[in-house]
Amino acid sequence: MLRFVVRRLLLLVPVLFGLSVLLFAWLRALPGDPARTLLGDKATPEGIAQLNAFYGFDKPLVTQYLSYTARLLHGDFGSSPRTGQPVLGTFLERFPATVELALAALLFAIVFGIPLGYVAARRAGGWVDRLFVAGSLLGVVIPVFVLAYLLKIVFAVGIPGPLHALAFLPSSGRQDPRIDATHITNFYVLDGLLTREFDASWNAVTHLILPAVALGSIPLAIIVRMTRASVIDVLNEDYVRTAQAKGLSRSLITRRHVLRNAMLPVTTTIGLQTGLLLSGAVLTESVFAFNGIGSYLFDAISGLDYAVLQGFILFIAVIYALVNLVVDLLYGVIDPRLRTS
Amino acid sequence: MTAEPLSARPQALTDLMGDVGLDERGTSLWQGAFQRLRRNPSAIIGALIVLAFVLVAVFAPLIAPYEPAKSQWIDQVTPSTVPGHSAEHLLGLDPLGSDLFTQLVYGARQSLIIGIVSTAFGLAGGVILGTLAGGLGGWVDTLVMRLVDILLSIPSLLLAVSIAAMLGQRPSAIMIAIGAAQVPIFARLLRGSMLAQRNQDYVLASFSLGLRRRTIVMSHVLPNSLGPVIVQATLTLATAIIEVAALSYLGLGAPDPAVAEWGRMLVKAQDRLQSDPHLTLLPGICIAVTALGFTLLGESLREALDPKSRR
Repeated sequence: MLRFVVRRLLLLVPVLFGLSVLLFAWLRALPGDPARTLLGDKATPEGIAQLNAFYGFDKPLVTQYLSYTARLLHGDFGSSPRTGQPVLGTFLERFPATVELALAALLFAIVFGIPLGYVAARRAGGWVDRLFVAGSLLGVVIPVFVLAYLLKIVFAVGIPGPLHALAFLPSSGRQDPRIDATHITNFYVLDGLLTREFDASWNAVTHLILPAVALGSIPLAIIVRMTRASVIDVLNEDYVRTAQAKGLSRSLITRRHVLRNAMLPVTTTIGLQTGLLLSGAVLTESVFAFNGIGSYLFDAISGLDYAVLQGFILFIAVIYALVNLVVDLLYGVIDPRLRTS
Repeated sequence: MTAEPLSARPQALTDLMGDVGLDERGTSLWQGAFQRLRRNPSAIIGALIVLAFVLVAVFAPLIAPYEPAKSQWIDQVTPSTVPGHSAEHLLGLDPLGSDLFTQLVYGARQSLIIGIVSTAFGLAGGVILGTLAGGLGGWVDTLVMRLVDILLSIPSLLLAVSIAAMLGQRPSAIMIAIGAAQVPIFARLLRGSMLAQRNQDYVLASFSLGLRRRTIVMSHVLPNSLGPVIVQATLTLATAIIEVAALSYLGLGAPDPAVAEWGRMLVKAQDRLQSDPHLTLLPGICIAVTALGFTLLGESLREALDPKSRR
């Protein structure tokens, strides 16, 4: 087991190396002069040269790359020329917000997706099944930010008329600024629980609902479909028929034989949603002004912020890889056959 | 598509065995798939949506009453109101003073062009890399697959964002970015499919007949491995149309704000969401319906080509 983990972590090294080279090459080829963008219209040639020298933009690319990786290995991801803040610091400060949002979205997708998929599979071919399958297709084809706007207008801003009563949720931010909450971990919901400021916790939860539903819509659709397909496969297995022939109760068969086996492919699917959640966060967070890494990345794209783009995409790739490793490990927990090999 | 299993028989084999009579021909993979598709209602709905979309895109100048992206009636638009339905304008105006119906019709054309060009680009790159890896094997395979691993370690939308940001504000940037982000997916799919074909008897037979490796890979293994790739390409058209909208939303792509592109129209209407929700809803519905058509068609095709569903 340990050897497996170490081997997988070592495999990550060449991937990260290649990724850093690619990112460096790509982002350096970005159009526009960062110094000019930064200094604006009043930039003097001396000012630009000074700034370029300060950030090393005037050195040969290979030198720039080598010094960049050397600093990376020391845990120094540079600082943003735009805000002056260190990249690593900003990332760590904002990352909890995105994790909170992604977990809420995933929770929403799992809590609704698995039961809906199971019900659809049990009634395969019937109208309930068709309705759920059609609904899950809609979830995939509606762009995330369109759904986010729709949710925002109906449940936060309010449409004029009788439906205005539906607008009871906050439209932006992570917490009402009027609440004087103490922040320890930057996971706002958790902070409120730790400091026993339950109203702050609850307020953070209400801010999470709309972005989480918008972000969770695609994973929800995928989980419904995957659970449905997987449960149908398992229901046709010989061991389920044997269990039924033995006279086991339906709930026992469902719990011990059907769900347990059907959850294997679903677990992998859930793990694969990480990438989707992280890229979806860029769109969702900016609609709801949710201060996570997504909205920061959004600003970095328009501000030509190399350091932030490089650092954040590298971080996201590492997280993506680590989550997939955890999913593979979880596989061993769920599937005893894989534990020994 | 060299679909007929018997016509795909190597010339050398035909020479040895003589010509085959028509009665020997069975139903090919693609013929069977087509027959199953015709019986599948969701395939028919998908095909109809796709057909309607392509017709609107191709005949846009005949359908639309005005020229797109001209902002001719900008003086009728105020910061808080946009003229709605009238005798001249079926759906009213858009926030930049063009006819909304015209913009939507030309938006189909824009989506079709971006979708097809980016998918073709991704497909071409993926087929080249996949064929190199799956056909040659050895260190080429290792090298190509490591590159694919690296590209797949970035979520595809973020990959497209980095490439589009690099290419800057030009209309082609979005197509290249979306296509490039699809290359690793196609490459991995084709390689896997080719590896599965490599141990088939017909490949062994071709080798034993002394055919060159290049001939075997190009005229036997590759055509037989393309099924999953073609399914993926259909599904990718749906993703491409959605991703175009996302990249437009992020401010990448064509610099002209009035351009008739569904994603762009949607973004430009967002501050009028409360007063004129149709400006956001209509392009959103267009994107969703078109993506739905390609998804239904692609998934039915996948089902139809799946050996498990064949009798």
